[in-house]
Amino acid sequence: MSELEITAPAPGRSRAGAVQRIPEAVTAWALASPLVLVLGFFLVLPVITIVVVSFWGSTEWSFYPAFLWDNYEFLLTSPVTLSVYLNTLMYTVLTWVFTLVIGFTVAYFLAFHIRTQTWQIALFLLCTIPFWTSNIIRMISWIPFLGRNGIANSVLMDIGLVNEPVEWLLFSDFAVVLAFVHLYTLFMVVPIFNTMMRIDKSLIEAARDAGATGAQILWNVVIPLTKPGIMIGSIFVVTLVMGDFITVRFMSGGQSASVGRMISNEIALLQYPAAAADAVILLLTVLIMISAMLRFVDIRKEL
Amino acid sequence: MEPRPRSFYVLAAVFALFVLFLYGPTITIAILSFQGPQGGLTFPMNGVSLHWFADLFEQQAVGDIWGSFGRSLALGLMVMVVTVVVSVMGGLAFRKKFRGSGVLFLLIITSLIIPSILISLGVGLIFNIAGLNVHWSTSGFGSQLTWTLPFGLLIMFAVFNRFDASYEEAARDQGATPWQTIRHVVLPIIAPSLIGVALFGFTLSYDEFARTLLTAGSYNTLPLEIFGMTTNVTSPVLYALGTLTTLFSLAIIGVFLGGAFIAQRRRARRASDAGKGLV
Repeated sequence: MSELEITAPAPGRSRAGAVQRIPEAVTAWALASPLVLVLGFFLVLPVITIVVVSFWGSTEWSFYPAFLWDNYEFLLTSPVTLSVYLNTLMYTVLTWVFTLVIGFTVAYFLAFHIRTQTWQIALFLLCTIPFWTSNIIRMISWIPFLGRNGIANSVLMDIGLVNEPVEWLLFSDFAVVLAFVHLYTLFMVVPIFNTMMRIDKSLIEAARDAGATGAQILWNVVIPLTKPGIMIGSIFVVTLVMGDFITVRFMSGGQSASVGRMISNEIALLQYPAAAADAVILLLTVLIMISAMLRFVDIRKEL
Repeated sequence: MEPRPRSFYVLAAVFALFVLFLYGPTITIAILSFQGPQGGLTFPMNGVSLHWFADLFEQQAVGDIWGSFGRSLALGLMVMVVTVVVSVMGGLAFRKKFRGSGVLFLLIITSLIIPSILISLGVGLIFNIAGLNVHWSTSGFGSQLTWTLPFGLLIMFAVFNRFDASYEEAARDQGATPWQTIRHVVLPIIAPSLIGVALFGFTLSYDEFARTLLTAGSYNTLPLEIFGMTTNVTSPVLYALGTLTTLFSLAIIGVFLGGAFIAQRRRARRASDAGKGLV
């Protein structure tokens, strides 16, 4: 995974003089056709359907084709929408800051302080293995830590910091952000580590020879060169948190709202057109956020 | 070797804390799943027993765990095979620019970062409007592919970026047909990476929740079953299940990573130059 690159491969060497019965374009399209079919039917068509249905009308138990702005009007004039979006943004910003700081530190340690490649790979795998296990289980596993009689509370009471169990550890905004950081820091570590590994070490030596302090090297050499990785990680974290509905529901005990939860609640109430309108606004918000992030760094140019 | 700077020890401590943060909670529920029959969801341990694991094998005690496990396993294997095949084909296609390759690349990235609930809702809506029943093996299967394929393709792109085309040219010069070149030259060179793609395909499918939620129909996959349990099961049986399924995931990861490692080793020992095709 360390060689994972977010870029299409460069065109290979041309087959000079090769006699071919099948034109290359046909071969390429034939090879890409299963991919086109899957993405066409399960990505493009769903998004189009959501946009179309967001204009449909609904009764209490069904929905019907129409062209109405009602769903959007309701959504955009409801004070609930704004507060839900603000709450989701709060989760996103907090999670982003924590995952970035932790992810950068971990990647920096792996890339610049571990000297043998074997250890680098081993420790990197140690960080990525949880990605291949269940998120739900990893959320559940916070219960014995954060619960009213959990480990955190026992420790806090034993050392005399509090006299009675802290109630806001589990089923709170704190728990939601903690779980997000727990689940998604990997998405920062991997791209940042990947970019750091491609930094020419002689640049750092040159900076040191020119008299730069450690902090100056970090700020003026490492961070600017790591920007593409930071941006890719940030895009992952932001979109994952913005669209989340399950972590918020579970870790807040159903008490906190997020955009994703709002959509999943409408789905549960069979209000599909309203859910679709919500989903369109969410998609637009996420796209705007991503394009804003891409303004800070030109990923195509930097890779 | 020059001595380690002091920052090394500070960062090493931070790293150790991070690993503890990653694994600590999971280890805790692994310990707590051995609670005695009277034990609860938190410490202290009320005796040590296999009571909660035994509970998992009684149909009445919990939901349809084994049925959902079977479905998740089957679905994971389906997604794995299709992810490998489609990723390799896609990777081969993307070695040269073709009409529409830019758009297709953007779609792959979109598939990776689109909020999962949109896939779930959109696919659910399509099946609803078309009057079809959602089922884990059709709508659920397709929805999961939108999550696993981008990972498989990005790995293949990285692999083919470093692929030395002169090996293919040599095969072609000696008269190999395009299919023979793929079968006997390209595939052996990229084989270890395919194990990685398969690992992503299986594990991401096995644990997928958000994209399967509205698309699995009336038969739950394991993550959906487990999530259902969180609302009504308040005994350590939840931890026992979590421990078992995590162990299963770890075993799968171990098999795949071990397989990739052995493949590399064997190749090195046989002094095959297949791996050198990646520059």
